Amino acid sequence: MIHHVENPALEIHDLTVSYDKKPVLWGVDLTIPNGALCGIIGPNGAGKSTLIKSIMDLIPLNSGYVKIFDKELDEIRKKISYVPQRESVDWDFPASVLDVVMMGRYSQLGLFKRLRKADRDAALSALEMVGMEKYAKRQIAQLSGGQQQRVFLARALTQNPEIYFLDEPFAGVDAATEKAIIQILKNLSEEGKTIIAVHHDLQSVETYFNWVIMLNLRLVASGPTSEVFTPQFLEETYGGKLTLLSEVGELVKERGFHAREKQ
Amino acid sequence: METLIEFFSFEYPNIKYVVFGTILLSISSAVVGCFTFIKKKSLVGDVVSHAVLPGICISFLASGSKDPFLLIIGAFVSGWISIVVMDAITRNTKIKEDAATGLALSVFFGIGILLMTYIQHSGNASQSGLDTFLFGKAAALIGVDLLAFSIIAVIVLVVVFLFYKEFKLISFDPQFAKVIGLPIRRLEIILTSVTVLAVVTGIQAVGVVLMAAMLITPAAAARFWTNRLSKMLIIASVFGAFSGISGAFISYSTPSMPTGPWMVMVLSIIALFSFFFAPGKGIVINQWRRFKIQRQLLEENLLKTFFKIGESNNDYFREIETNDIGLARTFSTGQLTKGLRKLNANGYVEKVGNAWRLSKEGHDKGKRITRLHRLWELYLTKYLRIAPDHVHEDADTIEHVITPELESRLEQLLNYPTADPHDSTIPSRN
Repeated sequence: MIHHVENPALEIHDLTVSYDKKPVLWGVDLTIPNGALCGIIGPNGAGKSTLIKSIMDLIPLNSGYVKIFDKELDEIRKKISYVPQRESVDWDFPASVLDVVMMGRYSQLGLFKRLRKADRDAALSALEMVGMEKYAKRQIAQLSGGQQQRVFLARALTQNPEIYFLDEPFAGVDAATEKAIIQILKNLSEEGKTIIAVHHDLQSVETYFNWVIMLNLRLVASGPTSEVFTPQFLEETYGGKLTLLSEVGELVKERGFHAREKQ
Repeated sequence: METLIEFFSFEYPNIKYVVFGTILLSISSAVVGCFTFIKKKSLVGDVVSHAVLPGICISFLASGSKDPFLLIIGAFVSGWISIVVMDAITRNTKIKEDAATGLALSVFFGIGILLMTYIQHSGNASQSGLDTFLFGKAAALIGVDLLAFSIIAVIVLVVVFLFYKEFKLISFDPQFAKVIGLPIRRLEIILTSVTVLAVVTGIQAVGVVLMAAMLITPAAAARFWTNRLSKMLIIASVFGAFSGISGAFISYSTPSMPTGPWMVMVLSIIALFSFFFAPGKGIVINQWRRFKIQRQLLEENLLKTFFKIGESNNDYFREIETNDIGLARTFSTGQLTKGLRKLNANGYVEKVGNAWRLSKEGHDKGKRITRLHRLWELYLTKYLRIAPDHVHEDADTIEHVITPELESRLEQLLNYPTADPHDSTIPSRN
């Protein structure tokens, strides 16, 4: 069941994406309402992170398009924030917590400009929101997994965006951090911001999210949690894999086809 | 000493030029090297430095002159091509990055040597001196060459200064950089270009073979001293500049000594020193810290044992034989002798014939450790619900760690207890 909305915050139209030439997302078509707190769920290898990355234009699309507030990504980058997976960077990098958080301000500053006092203030108040103000001077290698995730969230907060995309914000974090992060996300959602997060733990889906996207190589369901987070769709998402679909995917890769014929 | 004064008075303009040139080249390589280092692309510098050789040769063959600007253009182009080739190999074939690096390096260098040999045997009179690029010749940094290489070094430094914040972000988190709309492809191209330029200028001083050291060694050494990229760039620059001056001085004071290799030697010594002695990360410093902890543990354990023996006899200041200490708690003979000698020297115990006696200070210290041990045992049983017969080992470590502030909090939390889980008395604070 795919629940479409008018004037969506995010619109994905007929999206097909391949990874290493193998199609990993087939014909995803969905809309997310403004202000939704949305979880993307599905088994390992279902294409959850791939979906986020293709929305962020980090992976080329085979077909389809993505619109955010009815605009192309390039027109609206300043209203978007992306929180990548914690493991995607090297935490041994020579930088302090404050250095990393201030990176969120680079887009507003533009090329050649030096960081200003105001950027520092914004970074410090973002750190305060995630409860990390005491760690501003700390070298990032000395942080725990949960603290690293908070730093990444703080970096996103400094951008003051309208829509957040978070790739597995709860992966490998302690319970206290998870609680703190979801509270921040809920507050943001109440302020009218749209939040889309990849999520793993089915237990907490109903308490965390008011909208759910269920993926398994294709879109199984997208809609309000109360309507789509049902045994039937869970069975369809997590139950029997669509073996035919993944076998065809393998075949496409082996034979060197393109997932969509070039027009 | 005289040579030193003579050297630094820059009486001879040539010395001034050579020193100025080597410093500038070293700094630009060091600064760019920091970025290759943190991007984990250290070997790229090595590939580029070898890959510029065919460019230099082709440039010479085409123009027939040794005009530094023409040679630099040739070097720049072939250095760039080597990077493009490396990327293309890793992206389009199953060959991984390490093999692609090795391939690019050897193929380009092979072609370079081939062309160089051809030029040397071609009988072209103006070719002499072209082989300085192989091993470098800082002393040749005069006149138009100096001007050319200095201009490029300055360009490199200015570009890094202007794009510092962007280079930092694309090195740390390129995906985030792309999402916030930085032109990461163009920035990568600029960063790669300044890397190639730094290499092209650096080989003038140290040559193709040693160039990688000029890029990476200052960065690697600087990384030991700081956790901030901005400071790392400054420290690496200072190391680079110092190596430049030292190299120039050594080759000036000892005529048969080459500048370039000495610059690399000095850098290596700095790197080794950092590796062993840098605070927080240096091996020697860490060993020293470990050694001090070991000694502290031994001393405190001995004092605790003294205190406990005194406790069971109700006489803390009685004379105790070395053997009796060994019976109360396992110490190796070496530990006993060494530890007791140290305690004696520090005034915690006194030697009385063959036996030992606690001093007032030794008694207080032993008492405090015993107290912390028992407080912690109580805390573990009460708050972590660990069985009383399982808490001893843990407390044996933690007793050495707890600070007076933590001690007060622990006491308060446990409501000023008097007995531990084994019903031993928790000695009062003094």
